[in-house]
Amino acid sequence: MKKLINAAESLVDDALTGMAAACPGLRVRDRVVLRAEGPRPGKVGLVSGGGSGHEPLHAGFVGYGMLDAACPGEVFTSPVPDQIMEATRAVDGGAGVLHVVKNYTGDVLNFEMAAELCDDVTVASVLVEDDVAVQDSLYTAGRRGTGATVFVEKIAGALAEEGAPLAEVARVAEETGRRSRSFGIALTSCTTPAAGRPTFDLPAGEVELGIGIHGEPGRTRAPFAPAGELAAVAMDAIHGDLPLEGDLLVMVNGMGGTPLLELYVVFAEVEAYARGKGARVARSLVGNYVTSLDMQGFSVTVCRLDDELTRLWDAPVETPALRWGR
Amino acid sequence: MNAATDGATGSGTGAGTGGGAGAAAGGGGGLDTAFVVAWLEEAAGEIARQRDRLTELDAAIGDADHGTNLDRGFSEVLRALRETPPSSPAQALMAAGATLIRRVGGASGPLYGSAFRQMGRTLDSGEAPGASVTPAAFAEAFGAGVTAVERLGKAAAGDKTMIDALAPASRALSQAVRDGLETREALTRAARAAADGARATVPMTARRGRASYLGERSVGHEDPGAASAALIVAALATAASRTAAG
Repeated sequence: MKKLINAAESLVDDALTGMAAACPGLRVRDRVVLRAEGPRPGKVGLVSGGGSGHEPLHAGFVGYGMLDAACPGEVFTSPVPDQIMEATRAVDGGAGVLHVVKNYTGDVLNFEMAAELCDDVTVASVLVEDDVAVQDSLYTAGRRGTGATVFVEKIAGALAEEGAPLAEVARVAEETGRRSRSFGIALTSCTTPAAGRPTFDLPAGEVELGIGIHGEPGRTRAPFAPAGELAAVAMDAIHGDLPLEGDLLVMVNGMGGTPLLELYVVFAEVEAYARGKGARVARSLVGNYVTSLDMQGFSVTVCRLDDELTRLWDAPVETPALRWGR
Repeated sequence: MNAATDGATGSGTGAGTGGGAGAAAGGGGGLDTAFVVAWLEEAAGEIARQRDRLTELDAAIGDADHGTNLDRGFSEVLRALRETPPSSPAQALMAAGATLIRRVGGASGPLYGSAFRQMGRTLDSGEAPGASVTPAAFAEAFGAGVTAVERLGKAAAGDKTMIDALAPASRALSQAVRDGLETREALTRAARAAADGARATVPMTARRGRASYLGERSVGHEDPGAASAALIVAALATAASRTAAG
């Protein structure tokens, strides 16, 4: 294993030290990443968090128009309640705090505990569960939270920036999640620094369909195929769950080890697929936004926009990983 | 969710003579603070030794961090117990639980943490809280800890989780105590039931936790949570042998 680390144990802290040094708009304190300027009175605070290894999610989305704080855990391990409580209290401007939680047992448990313990702050919670690869929620822990997290953080963050009350911010976050679906495909596994070798073995001629974002194996394996066919597998799964129609916000997301050149190839296929169904890709993101360390592969996330969501998506944002309009 | 609501380290009762004097787990006698500390030490040691195996089990059907995370958490438990020696079994368990919740993260931190905290809380509210508890009270507390995991994790037997090791262990322990078996024998039976339970997860399809995303592909692998639970329960029997030896 070759990794640019000093030691697996210090990886997260070393990276946060670098991030703080590189981003003057951020302040890092005890594994909580905050906006340097602190909370704005009367504005709802947005807190998210999760395991490290998904960068730029979540810390890269802290800043104007998006998150107020992020709580990075160990690699692929949810943060602990202490971090979440500290973040929640630090960003409360008196209007309450929204927790954006990806649906994984660990994330849910730790955020729940933190919310219960923060009885001095009004906390609302939105669960992101957009991954259509998880079929039956009766027999699973429910759909995973993946790419739609970026949409929820951006859109809810924009409404919070306008001064909307907590209930409204939570509502638009829920609405964004309800309108979003994702599907991921891996060409390779990833290597966690602590384990030192790939999480699963994937033969050269095969891909994993329906992966999450932690290097966990997917639902099934399939023969390796050209980008057009793989994109169609992802889009069929999404379209089968939430028919594509109207204006769409589409993210073609790299898993960390895929060249942007290839992601654009996938995006072309995705765009053509949507057009073929009579829908229109009105807004898009192409790049590495929700990664799994060094995994090669991609995920597609689609959100069916309405006027309100489009307006909030277009609103100014200024974070390390997303910035426009300001 | 009561098990999860109190962030403070348990204060214990302050009663009793403390851990050093005459640890006891043999015979039909009580289980004292030294026994509980020995349990946590044995569990930490076994988790450290089997860290890579637990992580490998997790790599097969999860995300390859179970051993690393638990090892980090239990090392912190040992440190906490050294820094603030507990004065009752309840206090030791609540301190261990709070440390796991604060240090591990993931699902296993809150789940194991809540189990230990609920055990401690149950002992603390028992008829005679203090430096030594009866096997029956210990078995009852163990059962309460398992119930806390079921409630928090929304998991039931057969879901391929730590419950599949913990629930049989709890039943075996309660039964053995009711049958009047020697404490050490009762704990050994619990350990055996946990090990059997963990092995029985191999053919199961996961319905909770991260392995559930694999559906049928989770079949054929031992659940890492059940495996670590079996190690923790096995440490009860080891601790009993160790502390009763003198």
